[in-house]
Amino acid sequence: MDNTNAIISVKNLVKKYDDFTAVQGISFDVYENEIFGLLGPNGAGKTTTLEIIETLRGKTSGEILVDGYDVDKEANKIKRIIGVQLQAAGYYPNLNLVELMELFSGLYGVDINPMEMLEKVNLQDKAKAKYKALSGGQKQRFSIATTLINAPKIIFLDEPTTGLDPQARRNLWDLIIEIRKNGTTVVITTHYMDEAEQLCDRVAFVERGEIIALDTPDNLIDQLINTGFERKKEVKKANLEDVFIQLTGKEWREDN
Amino acid sequence: MSKPYNHTKATMALAKASFRSIMRSPSAVVFTLAFPLVFILVFGFLGKGGIKVDLAIAPGSDLHNPIMVALEENPVVHLIRDKDAAEIKTDLEKGSIDGLIHVKKNAAEKPAYLAKVEYTSASIDKGNVLKSVIHNLMYNLNSKDMMPTVAELNESTVQGRIYRTIDFILPGQLGFSLLSTGVFGTAFVFFNLRQTLVIKRFFATPVRKSSIVFGEGIARIGFALLGAIFIIMIGHFFFHFTLVNGAITVINMLILAIIGLIVFMGFGFVVSGIAKSESTIPPISNIITLPQFLLSGTFFSIDAFPEWLQPISRALPLTYLNDAMRKVAFEGAGLWDVKHQILIMIVWGIGIYALAVKVFKWE
Repeated sequence: MDNTNAIISVKNLVKKYDDFTAVQGISFDVYENEIFGLLGPNGAGKTTTLEIIETLRGKTSGEILVDGYDVDKEANKIKRIIGVQLQAAGYYPNLNLVELMELFSGLYGVDINPMEMLEKVNLQDKAKAKYKALSGGQKQRFSIATTLINAPKIIFLDEPTTGLDPQARRNLWDLIIEIRKNGTTVVITTHYMDEAEQLCDRVAFVERGEIIALDTPDNLIDQLINTGFERKKEVKKANLEDVFIQLTGKEWREDN
Repeated sequence: MSKPYNHTKATMALAKASFRSIMRSPSAVVFTLAFPLVFILVFGFLGKGGIKVDLAIAPGSDLHNPIMVALEENPVVHLIRDKDAAEIKTDLEKGSIDGLIHVKKNAAEKPAYLAKVEYTSASIDKGNVLKSVIHNLMYNLNSKDMMPTVAELNESTVQGRIYRTIDFILPGQLGFSLLSTGVFGTAFVFFNLRQTLVIKRFFATPVRKSSIVFGEGIARIGFALLGAIFIIMIGHFFFHFTLVNGAITVINMLILAIIGLIVFMGFGFVVSGIAKSESTIPPISNIITLPQFLLSGTFFSIDAFPEWLQPISRALPLTYLNDAMRKVAFEGAGLWDVKHQILIMIVWGIGIYALAVKVFKWE
């Protein structure tokens, strides 16, 4: 991405809980219309950082601007221009997907056609199904559909592909790329480095509440190679996942 | 972005979602409708008979005499013939027969008949009813051809509204239905929404906390009112539940139902706040609902309770809801006439919501 307008800027963010510091003074910018990855082990502070930017959690200190709005003073304005997918969010019980879409359109105060939204994530056939009855991949796609209701400038996806099978994962990548193509900035966390390499324009590595590296995947890899790093085993032109996809097909499947 | 955010729209979207969800939740339907309905059916059918006492006729008793004729005509007495002496004896001991009568012609000139009645200690209450029926009957028979020497008694009954069992049971069941849907329903919904992070997802939208509470409240009140109308209509059309002023009485009852439900939902908010896990919700809710179920005059008038228990009954909010409901339905009281009961419910409401604000948790 050539466009380097910061749509999110985080400066010296600190989050302290009673006995430990989850985030210790991190700073970074997310540029408009890029896919930005937050990578790092569990408990490194990725989700905490995301939730503070999403205005769901308070911070101890630091400064955060989202599209020019301050998280402290204009949380409600921020909520109207972002879409949030939480790691383990549930949805209102006993409602089908269309009814949930109607609920969210009311919550965001926008008029949408629920079926159109479901079509965007290829769930139109599941319109009358309950959220609970969906497969893992369908659940994630539905979650993403709810983040798109208010036509947000930025969407936040917290480990959207965890637990999905290879097809579902690739389908989700296609969906995320499609969303970005429509002009939306995407902030994503993941544990899968192949995913980050495929999707992200830039990634930040978070470890113990600090950012230890931030660059494009390519540059980060080159830097490592320049230190003389070599893989123990020569990489073949395909890996086992490619075999899996070849054998079982890349198509959308009824159950993913 | 150009349009200002509409909080009413958000609240109504939540109310609609919640209402749909409640309608599809089996436990809500069972607690609000089926449970009270079963009690109303049982008591509705029970209440039709009134008191009956079983009086056995001893084998060998004279059957053709004025005493037998009078007993047969008496609506309270149910005569049992064709049982032998042994059967009658065991039934008397068990109390399934309340008395035994043996009538024979007197060998002497006067009186013409001798009647021997045996009661049983196994059925003292009905025995006493039987005793007064027989005394009354004997007095009438014996004094038929006589001029009273002291005074003549003339008795009549004023034709008033008939107070049926349903008139007592239905308001009680309605009150209890509101209590359980208010406490259990609210506690479970908010606990689950919090636990499954539904509320957290809501917080990522511009919705206000108050919209979430009001949306839930509107849905629950709407559902409870539908339930109340259903119960009142079944009671009225099938069991002659008294609605003195017709539709106005129903409206007054519904207004009382709303006040009661809002108070009971306060208990639900408290329970959802203090429950540590889903399995602790039922016991905590039962601690709140069961004493009221038993002590607030749902089944029996609290006047029937021992005196030391009555102050406890008179401290519970459901007591006042039941009391107000009965006054409105049967006596045709207006809301102003039950202001005392409403005031006590409001005091409860203020107290419980003050507590709810302290213990309620959003996350």
